[in-house]
Amino acid sequence: MRTTISSLRKNEKAIIKDFDIDIIPLKLLEMGCLPGNTVQLLQIAPFGDPLYLDVNGSHVAIRVETAKEIEVELIKIVL
Amino acid sequence: MVPQNINVALIGNPNVGKTSVFNQLTGLNQQVGNYPGITVEKKIGFCKLPHNIKANILDLPGTYSLNASSIDENVVIELLLNKNDKLYPDVALVVTDVENLKRNLLLFTQIKDLEIPTILVINMADRMESKGISLDIPFLEEQLKTKIALVSSRKSLGIEELKELIVTYKSISAEPCLNASVIDKEYFNNLQNAFPDQLLYKLWLVITQDVNFLNLERKEIQSSFTKSHTELKRLQQKETIKRYQFINDVLKEGLSIDSSVARDFRSKLDRVLTHKFWGYIIFFVILFVIFQSIFDWSSIPMDFIDSSFATLSAMAAEHLPAGILTDLISQGIIPGIGGILIFIPQIAFLFLFISILEESGYMSRVVFIMDKIMRRFGLSGKSVVPLISGTACAIPAIMATRNIENWKERLITILVTPFTTCSARLPVYAIIIALVIPNHRVLGFLNLQGLTLMLLYLLGFGMAIFSAYVLNKVMKISGKTFFVVEMPNYKLPLFKNVAINVIEKTKAFILGAGKIILAISIVLWFLASYGPGEKFQNAESIITAQEKNNTVSNTELENKIASFKLENSYIGIMGKSIEPVIAPLGYDWKIGIAIISSFAAREVFVGTLATIYSVGGSDNETTIKNKMQAEIHPETGLKVFNFATGISLLLFYAFAMQCASTIAITKKETNSWKWPLGQLIFMSTFAYLVALIAFQILK
Repeated sequence: MRTTISSLRKNEKAIIKDFDIDIIPLKLLEMGCLPGNTVQLLQIAPFGDPLYLDVNGSHVAIRVETAKEIEVELIKIVL
Repeated sequence: MVPQNINVALIGNPNVGKTSVFNQLTGLNQQVGNYPGITVEKKIGFCKLPHNIKANILDLPGTYSLNASSIDENVVIELLLNKNDKLYPDVALVVTDVENLKRNLLLFTQIKDLEIPTILVINMADRMESKGISLDIPFLEEQLKTKIALVSSRKSLGIEELKELIVTYKSISAEPCLNASVIDKEYFNNLQNAFPDQLLYKLWLVITQDVNFLNLERKEIQSSFTKSHTELKRLQQKETIKRYQFINDVLKEGLSIDSSVARDFRSKLDRVLTHKFWGYIIFFVILFVIFQSIFDWSSIPMDFIDSSFATLSAMAAEHLPAGILTDLISQGIIPGIGGILIFIPQIAFLFLFISILEESGYMSRVVFIMDKIMRRFGLSGKSVVPLISGTACAIPAIMATRNIENWKERLITILVTPFTTCSARLPVYAIIIALVIPNHRVLGFLNLQGLTLMLLYLLGFGMAIFSAYVLNKVMKISGKTFFVVEMPNYKLPLFKNVAINVIEKTKAFILGAGKIILAISIVLWFLASYGPGEKFQNAESIITAQEKNNTVSNTELENKIASFKLENSYIGIMGKSIEPVIAPLGYDWKIGIAIISSFAAREVFVGTLATIYSVGGSDNETTIKNKMQAEIHPETGLKVFNFATGISLLLFYAFAMQCASTIAITKKETNSWKWPLGQLIFMSTFAYLVALIAFQILK
């Protein structure tokens, strides 16, 4: 199964890989949601949706249906 | 040569403190209006700069980029594309937040591409130390080809330096800081060759945006250079990536963050405010406090205003020479003005709370925790903002739906927002509650009248949500759901910003509503003071003849004559003719007239009754409330404003669509008469039926 933003757990960080440009609103791209940038899941709203993210330093909330479309690669945290 | 004012445009992302910078530069020296033809707020202020130079400061709507997705954002592009606009900036100030510099610079690089001299204003500089941020200003100025002003609008730091910098606008670079056309060299070269006189980035904006610019050429540009939607969007993505690459490279050198210094207050607060239990509790407690205080705290100034106008009216009647003009002033104009001014305290409180919620950044958290719930009813989390600000006024609330990306969610929000209890309903509720609900306290702290008011607000919200649910099931519109909400930093609301906002909004409300109310009061006074035919002319002799055999005091006789005159005046005749329709709801003809006149605007209701009762009533009672209290139904001998009639009226006003301005704005925002007319018919019929049922059960 591919990893997307919606499959991240709270506080996990990942690198944005790829997404279908037709589905993702331009506004989200302008917020910094672009391939190669980092994304961290900060909070999950009650009832599991929407998701509150730190994307490239910007704090934004998006719905799970959008988050599902954004493929990411988890950053392994080495302690 | 007469020195001309220079034009300065303030541009920036939402939540960067752009408006505070504007307030710092201009103080109260501002004008708020609308852009021609559209309902986007246009704020211009004036500022004295050093060396005797004066500036017009234009506060443009907040936008994340020059790729517009709403008419508010379109305003920004249209102004920047049109060199002939008389507000076209001599210099642009791009306001940014030091903590969000990376994202904020995206817009900056786009503005630079328009070749306007641009100053980069880095706001909230006072937070740099606590966040461990340091900037290499000379390096950034060189790379970004600009001048930088570090300011803190919150602490009033750097404002004078900014003013000095604006004066030197002629020497500020207008060169772009990167070349974005490398993303598709061939395409952009062809475009430039076809229109050698035009700026490449402007041409690109004309192709991608829905803006009016060089209308004739636009078709030409589009026909030969248009691409499919996907291709265009792909290019826009490439452009955005290109810009971010540049910004990342610059900031890598020019900005450093020592993250060990940063203490994260934000995430702690987020954890509580978006908690699955506490988040909702806090939200409802805040709403509860707002509604209790609107009723409780504002009653003191309201009573004061009410009695002052009663005194003023009496003084006018006493001291001015008797005659028609004095009657018009003391019975028509003064009660009419009083009827609107009395609501200043409540409206100011409401705007105060709403602007604090928005300024602090809390509103976005409410959007976040409410989205999933609201979606079940066909709304969006973003609908919470219109529904809450609808408690002030439906007009700005309907405009606030513009940032809801999904059309169906937006349309439903527009249609149901008028159900929320707006401030124009408050006067009606306030006076009727005061008349029919006892002023007791239950459980020691809950004021029964306040509780009733709160119930009415909940009823409005409940009805809005319920109709949204029905509309969602009925309407067949599908669309992609886009939902992107910025979660801004928490900020302590600035007193100056909140105060200016409250004053501006209250003033606009009072002036706007005041004009209608004053006009209607005067018309009503004429209609109530004159009548056709014999009966009105000979009122005195008819009543005196009738009462010949009864022993009545002179005052009683005078009152009888006055009310007989009123019944036979123009307005009395009109009111009597509609009485059969409204009698089943428990209303007499006077209330009927008040309801009809309040279809223009709800708050007219109280003013109308004030005028009608001033003309026809006894002179012993001074305030509007006491006059209504004393009103006796001539046939039943019972109080007109009894419990059943009161509840019936409250319900009627809760549901009826009585606001010409809301109808107009719905028409504008939905671009069709279908929706506002549907709203009007549905809401008013529903209101009639509910009021009818309530009265018939309670009487």
